[in-house]
Amino acid sequence: MDFALTSEAEQYRDEIRAIVHATITPEIIDRQHTTGTFNSPELNRVLSEHGLLERAVPGLGKGDTVELWMLFHELEKAGAPVDGLGMALMIAGVVAHVGNDHQKATVLPDLLTGDVLVSLGYSEPDSGSDVAAAATRAVRDGDEWVINGTKMWTTMAHEAKWILLLTRTNLDVPKHKGLTMFILPMDTPGITFDAVHTMGTERTNATFYDDVRIGDEWRIGDVDGGWKVMGVALAFERGVMGGTGVGIPLLSHFHEWAAHEVGADGGRLIADPVVRERMARVAIDNEVAMLLTLRAAYIAATGALPGLEGSMAKIFATEAYQKAAKWFAHAAAPASLLQFHQPGAAADGWLEYDLRHSPVTTIYGGTSEINRNNVAERHLGLPKAR
Amino acid sequence: MLLDLTDDQRAIEEVFGGFFRRECPIGTVRAAEPLGFDATLWSRLAELGAPAMGLPESAGGGGALLADLAVVADAVGRSIAPVPFVEHAAAGRLLACFGAAAADVATGDAVASLAVRPAPPAAAAWPLVPAGAVATVVVGLVGDDLVALRGDGPGVAPKNHAAMPLADRATAGATVLASGAEARAAFAHALAEWQTLTAASLTGIARTALEIAIQYVNERHQFDRPIGAFQALQQQLADLPIAIDGAFLLASKAAWAGDSCIPGVIDVGLCDVTDFETLASMAFLFASDAAALATDRSLHVHGGYGYAEEYDIQLYYRRARGWALVAGDPSKACLQLSDRLFGPAEA
Repeated sequence: MDFALTSEAEQYRDEIRAIVHATITPEIIDRQHTTGTFNSPELNRVLSEHGLLERAVPGLGKGDTVELWMLFHELEKAGAPVDGLGMALMIAGVVAHVGNDHQKATVLPDLLTGDVLVSLGYSEPDSGSDVAAAATRAVRDGDEWVINGTKMWTTMAHEAKWILLLTRTNLDVPKHKGLTMFILPMDTPGITFDAVHTMGTERTNATFYDDVRIGDEWRIGDVDGGWKVMGVALAFERGVMGGTGVGIPLLSHFHEWAAHEVGADGGRLIADPVVRERMARVAIDNEVAMLLTLRAAYIAATGALPGLEGSMAKIFATEAYQKAAKWFAHAAAPASLLQFHQPGAAADGWLEYDLRHSPVTTIYGGTSEINRNNVAERHLGLPKAR
Repeated sequence: MLLDLTDDQRAIEEVFGGFFRRECPIGTVRAAEPLGFDATLWSRLAELGAPAMGLPESAGGGGALLADLAVVADAVGRSIAPVPFVEHAAAGRLLACFGAAAADVATGDAVASLAVRPAPPAAAAWPLVPAGAVATVVVGLVGDDLVALRGDGPGVAPKNHAAMPLADRATAGATVLASGAEARAAFAHALAEWQTLTAASLTGIARTALEIAIQYVNERHQFDRPIGAFQALQQQLADLPIAIDGAFLLASKAAWAGDSCIPGVIDVGLCDVTDFETLASMAFLFASDAAALATDRSLHVHGGYGYAEEYDIQLYYRRARGWALVAGDPSKACLQLSDRLFGPAEA
């Protein structure tokens, strides 16, 4: 094994670090918590201008998924908002892999500018983990498709230019075989949305599709081949593109605060052995989360889809993050209850935020239970239990 | 970057994995209790060159990388083989640093071991030395001195949880190899090698514990179906490959750092840790937890049978704990790791 980065990869990393340093301000980090949109167009634009986005997308440019991992790893460590960029690059990768010429000419360059957001229309009011049960209907009408239905958790949809839409096109086959994926402009007539506000300040949406008419050029993948497109998207999503490095800024925030905080016994909090043991364990977990993610990226770089390894990285990283958020909130209590901008808030409010944000990480992008099913069936070869 | 074993290491895995599967079926492990040492197995292993493998060529060794030794240590763990490969490798390499690895250490005729817990100055003995019952050479710290003791072990061990060949070893008459900072640095490096190799062995234990569990849940039927078809069990077992792969990757990274000649860095804020001794400590702590978890879950899915002596999982369960706890309290190890990662508590 060799864990050393090539000098080329180091250069790429340093370039990202320099851009983050020059672009990400406390105001940008703070803004995500007031707008609920976890995205920084300022950052995305500069990354795009330097060619760093195109270079990292699977199937484009250099297409090295280890670099893709590195991009998100660096952004997450710096606390930069990455959700918008993550979805844009994931869908850019999907379009590059299975999109048609029309989509490669319209959607792809758009996503690579860093200025444009895309939303993921998978879940519905009655289907989440059982995503293949999607009921949103797409019906052929001459050269067009007519779409009717509702999607949930369509985060960024209110600001997005594009939406990826999982639809039902065939009712006469098993559910996985009757799905078709589309990518279409959000301003297509018939699309409306309602805001859904969350405990973690992130805003998401319910989106409604009423007789939405689109041409066949917006279909991505084969008719009734939507499940395969989902597989490509999920393999990129889990692990590689952000979400598994969240414990790193949490540890930094706590460390910086605990180094100066004096406890009830008059000693500095960071000298408390209970606190120190937990900090060490969180550092170990952060290292393991990084290695599991890196491995998923490494496998993807060989051309394989690391769906299983991505599931493993996501389960580990998100559950470790929740544990760390709890430990540090305990160690800093009651100051860990205070929110951003409140005098006396532990780590400027970050500990309270992580306590509030961490529950969603074992849900979105596939729950821990769904990912464990994936590991049990595909890795351990146990019988399908559903 | 390469996140796979090299071709050389695959060959090592084939040779030693095959050796232990052939020569060390579970009956051999049982027969070696309570001492936890099989002299015949050790001499067969020596015929393959294992005791000399990690020694430098100048000491009659094979000059193997720590990463190569970790592949063997993993195979030892998978078969919970009653041989002190890890202790011998770490102690032999430390002795060789001071030109003190005698020819019988290279051949394996003399078992070497490392007193992983230093003795206070003027202490009469190192307590519960791993492989201390069978080691002819024990190397370790006494106060500020790194010393090597030569003399036969007692050949018996106090009855212990994991059937390990533990023994207290008197420090009187030991030869001083180094003193002060040099002694501490050399010992710290050797301890990190022991931690890395033990992490690999513990990972091997976890791998077999999972295999045993999978086999059992596929065979055992309740409510008219294999119990492996129940989600409640599947969800618990699905955690294990994650812990195993994490332990494997971290131990591999530690071994890589140990083999690298470049000075490592420690930057927790950037999650950038390439310092060998830090990674070895992390790998050891994580693999200890992984092996404990895997053997615990595997034993549990056996129901009452897992608790029965007749079933093999209890052998793995006990070693998963013993091989790790012989180094002392993991919480204290976390505090030492914390000093490395965040600076000393009172700085």
